[in-house]
Amino acid sequence: MVQDNGKEHTLALKLRVWRQRRGQPGAFEEHALPAVPTSASFLEMMDMLNERLIAQGKDTFAFDHDCREGICGMCSMTINGMPHGPIPGVTTCQLHMRNFRDGETITVEPWRARAFPVLKDLAVDRSAFDKVIQSGGFITVRTGSAPEANNIPVPKPIADEAMDAAECIGCGACVASCKNGSAMLFVGAKINHLNILPQGQAERDRRTLAMVKTMDDAGFGNCTNYGECQAHCPKSITLDVIAKLNRDYLRARVKAFFSSTGKPSKGGD
Amino acid sequence: MALSGLVLAGFVLGHMTGNLLMFKGPDAINAYAHWLHANPGLLWGARVVLILSTIAHIWTGILLTLENRASRDGGPAVDATRRASLSSRTMPYSGIVILAFLVFHLLHFTFRKVALGGVEFGDNVHKMVIAGFAQPAVAVFYIVSMVLLCLHLSHGISSVFQTLGLRNERWRSRLDGVACLYAWIVALGFISIPLAVLTGCLK
Repeated sequence: MVQDNGKEHTLALKLRVWRQRRGQPGAFEEHALPAVPTSASFLEMMDMLNERLIAQGKDTFAFDHDCREGICGMCSMTINGMPHGPIPGVTTCQLHMRNFRDGETITVEPWRARAFPVLKDLAVDRSAFDKVIQSGGFITVRTGSAPEANNIPVPKPIADEAMDAAECIGCGACVASCKNGSAMLFVGAKINHLNILPQGQAERDRRTLAMVKTMDDAGFGNCTNYGECQAHCPKSITLDVIAKLNRDYLRARVKAFFSSTGKPSKGGD
Repeated sequence: MALSGLVLAGFVLGHMTGNLLMFKGPDAINAYAHWLHANPGLLWGARVVLILSTIAHIWTGILLTLENRASRDGGPAVDATRRASLSSRTMPYSGIVILAFLVFHLLHFTFRKVALGGVEFGDNVHKMVIAGFAQPAVAVFYIVSMVLLCLHLSHGISSVFQTLGLRNERWRSRLDGVACLYAWIVALGFISIPLAVLTGCLK
């Protein structure tokens, strides 16, 4: 917290915030906030704006948020063109106003991608990600009492790699930052998380093919190796997961192509 | 995209290497051209593979670009780029210029229909190339196109590794370096010929 003699610094800000109703075209609305404490988070600043709007009897801005501690993946704002704002490796809720200048104009937009339609203002529908997870982001196990953890040994480097991929909070910043609206970083993280662990082997190929198909059907774009997703990911997931996704996909496609039908071919002996 | 690109990237290196025979004198380059035409199986085999790769590369490139534009849905009103390289952001444009160059180049030196003043050169490839590049506008167009090819290759070749899943954080910068080096070798090799003709080093 930036403080001088116990007195907190404040910023006067101009905000350009996206206003949109579902299915209708949107536009920016300009608002001024005269005294934003530098210790406020970006979402707290948005709360201040909404409280002012309520006091004025106006409609508030809708935006997604939940845990406000950087792990739930709900907050989703493109701030001055950057998903989650100007500081790499943090979510919007963990971004503090001390990173902005007094008198600055801040442009706040929703995630922009065809697969993420705007619900209202800054809130977008990210159920395309849920569909990708439903198509293969799981392992099939008997539920019931928890199995003995040491029954399946996992080498430490593999466990670390899986945990790195599992850091993905599914916020969608990769899609929003990608100039192709591609979800490859998200899908790559989810596939890697499960495909490298022993528990994920049984459904490895099926998972890879199904999740890629769901991703394509949802209208996400294709990776052309810009690297913007890695640079904007609040969890700093790397392009490694995309390379591995491509490798696993190629492997699964080749195996599916030459898979045994279990029957002799017609006319064969 | 990646596989057809790999074929084409391999071709430009081979083509460039052959072209450097220009510096060895008229006999070397003319003998090389004669040898190519004396092996129609090899020549046409290579040509068919190249034509198919070019068509596949253009077709997948168009599909990729259109799909990606649609997925982006216009993008944010304020667009910030944190790390995407110039070459990665200009792939469709460098590609279009290279295609225009390819058409001109084929009409120029393969079909010999344009920018040669109607002179017949027959088997004297050396003389044809010198005459072709004696016009500064033509030589400059070749040089500019090769700079764009360099840009295109530097992103394209590093992307091939990513598409085939043969890359990680440790190898990314090294492979980017390999791609950049490859692109510069190809481009400078090609550029050396029109430049040598323009400056009078090659007569």
